[in-house]
Amino acid sequence: MLIDWFTVFAQIINFLILVWLLKRFLYRPILNAIDAREKHIALALADADAKKIEAQQECDEFQCKNATFEKQRAVYLSQMMVEVKEERQRLLDAARQESDVLRSRQQQAWVREQQSLNDVLSRNVREEVFAIARKTLTDLAGATLEERVVDVFLRRLHELNDGDRVELKSVFKASPRLLYVRSAFTLSAVHCTRIEAVIKEILGEERAVQFEIVPALISGIELSSDGHKLAWSIADYIFSLKQSLDERLKPEIEMMNK
Amino acid sequence: MYLSSDDIIFWQWVFFKLNATIVFTWLVMLVLVVGSWLVTRKLSTGLHRSRWQNLLEIIVMGINQQIAEVGLRRPEVYIGFLGSLFLFVGMANIFTLFPGYEPPTGSLSTTTALAICVFVAVPLFGIEASGLREYLRAYMKPTFIMLPFNIISEVSRTLALAVRLFGNMMSGTVILAILLTITPFIFPIVMSAFGLLMGMVQAYIFTILATVYIAAATHEHKPEPRG
Repeated sequence: MLIDWFTVFAQIINFLILVWLLKRFLYRPILNAIDAREKHIALALADADAKKIEAQQECDEFQCKNATFEKQRAVYLSQMMVEVKEERQRLLDAARQESDVLRSRQQQAWVREQQSLNDVLSRNVREEVFAIARKTLTDLAGATLEERVVDVFLRRLHELNDGDRVELKSVFKASPRLLYVRSAFTLSAVHCTRIEAVIKEILGEERAVQFEIVPALISGIELSSDGHKLAWSIADYIFSLKQSLDERLKPEIEMMNK
Repeated sequence: MYLSSDDIIFWQWVFFKLNATIVFTWLVMLVLVVGSWLVTRKLSTGLHRSRWQNLLEIIVMGINQQIAEVGLRRPEVYIGFLGSLFLFVGMANIFTLFPGYEPPTGSLSTTTALAICVFVAVPLFGIEASGLREYLRAYMKPTFIMLPFNIISEVSRTLALAVRLFGNMMSGTVILAILLTITPFIFPIVMSAFGLLMGMVQAYIFTILATVYIAAATHEHKPEPRG
């Protein structure tokens, strides 16, 4: 017979034992482990979700703060730019002002220096001219320069036209004060006499004449009374020479000022 | 040549005997239990686990899923019985790879024993799920006329369950033995491989049929999908 009932019974017992053993050593531990892992994963996922939400909140907060910071930065930057611009303008103005002051001082100094130079030059030229004229007149005419100056002065008095002569006469006659004859050098007695004679001739009357030495006239001689005077001096020619020199030097001076 | 491993008797005393069926059954049980114990004694509940734990988890979860797909809503209740059926039958068939091994499932006594277990387990699970009265009333549905037919159906399907597994496994073993005597090279290897496949298919069929019977008895069906 194919069925052995003892074996059937034994196999049933075997199978029931197997079921119990496998439940004990296989299904329950495995299913418990899987459940534990699922719980663990679920907890991890929940934790990850919570962290994600927290991270999102922090991200939002950070972005908000970042936006605020950017806005503040832009405001501060614009304020700073305005302040920098104002400060720059202020510094430029100050520098320009300082530059103007320095330039002005420099110009003044230069003008002073030029003036001084001109004075020196003028004096030198006059002295040179005087010396040359003296030497030339001495060599040519055999007379001293003072004689020639007196001669020229007297000639000019003689050569006055009628209008000038009348005017001079009326002015000097009306003046109650002394007549002054000023010269850069000491006049000899002859010269004084000649001068007094010519004055008398022009005024038509005797007037007291006071002779004075004024070195600043430089080879000149003048007749004056009460604010009016008639003069001749080498300084007049030198003044003309100076004006001519100034005219010539004017473009160079302007260029230096620029 | 033996038609059944029951005929290979190692020891006998009066009514008790120790035949190849029982011995090889113990061997299969030993491998299953010791293997499970070795793996599950240090289980990991974390994300990192051993390869053997992975294998066992795949097997257990696969059985669980199959039970759930058939319609049982609480597979963890039935996995002890149904999973043991599948693992025992499957492992008994896989061991046919080893020469000298006689599959216990090739014995009608074993298949009968397993069928009896199913025959007893089905009403037990049914009564546990819906109560004795409700379970017995199911035999008279749709009408009481169907009572004898339902009883005949219950017995015949148990018989079919036993004979189907026995026939398939015994025939496979017998065919392999005959082929070994005719063409000792190559062809038996192909047949062995084929026998492995057939063994696993039979284990699957046996378990699925038992699951279907239990599902029918417990009325734990999935709700009909709405079209």
